[in-house]
Amino acid sequence: MIANYGYKDGSGEYYISIDTDKCIDCAAERACLTACPKQMFEIIEDDYDDQVAWIKKPNCRTLAYDCADCKPSSGYTSLPCITACTPGAIKHSW
Amino acid sequence: MITAGIDMGSRSVKVVLLEELDVNGAPQLKYGVKKAYIMMPGDMDQDVAAEKAYDEALAEAGLKREDVSAVFATGAGRKQVAFAKEGVTEMTAGAKGAVFMYPAARTVVDVGAEEGRGMKTDAEGKAIDFAGNEKCAAGAGSFAEAMSRALQMSLKEFGEASLQSDKSIPMNAQCTVFAESEVVSLIHSSTPKNDIAKAVLDAVASRVCAMVRRVGIEGEVVLIGGMVHNAGFVSSLKNAMGVDTISLPDMPEYISALGCAMIAAERQH
Ligand code: SF4
Ligand code: SF4
Repeated sequence: MIANYGYKDGSGEYYISIDTDKCIDCAAERACLTACPKQMFEIIEDDYDDQVAWIKKPNCRTLAYDCADCKPSSGYTSLPCITACTPGAIKHSW
Repeated sequence: MITAGIDMGSRSVKVVLLEELDVNGAPQLKYGVKKAYIMMPGDMDQDVAAEKAYDEALAEAGLKREDVSAVFATGAGRKQVAFAKEGVTEMTAGAKGAVFMYPAARTVVDVGAEEGRGMKTDAEGKAIDFAGNEKCAAGAGSFAEAMSRALQMSLKEFGEASLQSDKSIPMNAQCTVFAESEVVSLIHSSTPKNDIAKAVLDAVASRVCAMVRRVGIEGEVVLIGGMVHNAGFVSSLKNAMGVDTISLPDMPEYISALGCAMIAAERQH
């Protein structure tokens, strides 16, 4: 499943999408959990009893602020979460 | 076999009791709804409301708790249903129920009181893509309700009024508080109520549409949740999505509870 976590507000559309099928047999040893400086990722059991990553609820409402330090304007050339997730499960909409 | 699906929403509890019928040994599953029951909890605690709604649904169907093989819960408050065997998300339950009602459905839009979301589903009713808006309720029924109150109309009258308008007034405010003051300015500038109602419902539809576009619009589109009853919103949503038809179930607020009861039945095999 492609799960889109986030929101759209007056300033833009802020979603992190996770292709949870790639999390089931994660080939990156759940690297998203440690790569994110804000510790926004969490492993949960989904409706089909699979262990997949999601974004913690409180962060889903504040993504634009939470991720600001990682975005190119802050000096990063690539996002830590996307780099760490070698299966390519994570995408950002902005 | 009888199973129960309980959709524990923020404003109401929906219960569906489902009977799986053995149609002459046919391999496919057939279901019959034994009882669909809704209850508004008011200021009642959610766990008490769930117990009460379930007991009343059972009583009306002439059943006892021991007649039910499994109770599954869905909705934002699903964890409050202590007697449920398992919980599933609103996406999983809504997609399942929508595809049962409309087998060609591949895009499911769920707009309830507090939340709206878009889902893409496969032919089995498994949600394969979803997007919501976690930040505010401006893409949901309570926002439209708050605005209808500002115009001193019921939500139904509000929907009907919007159908009388052919104007497109963009609303810029992104949250209920600011939108309410925008509505007040429109009232003060003597904008006709019909046009204000359409502006509000167009704004809600546009936010819902943004979520649906994230997952993509494919196949038959089904709208579920309480906003199905608002004809003005349905019209605004069709325009926003650029589709000619949206399928509208008769009992739209029960579709997630129905899907939940179906999943409960499937998991007993
Ligand atoms: S998001 Fe990436 S790193 Fe995290 S569990 Fe899923 S596949 Fe693994
Ligand atoms: S961009 Fe940075 S803060 Fe945002 S999810 Fe990725 S690693 Fe975490």
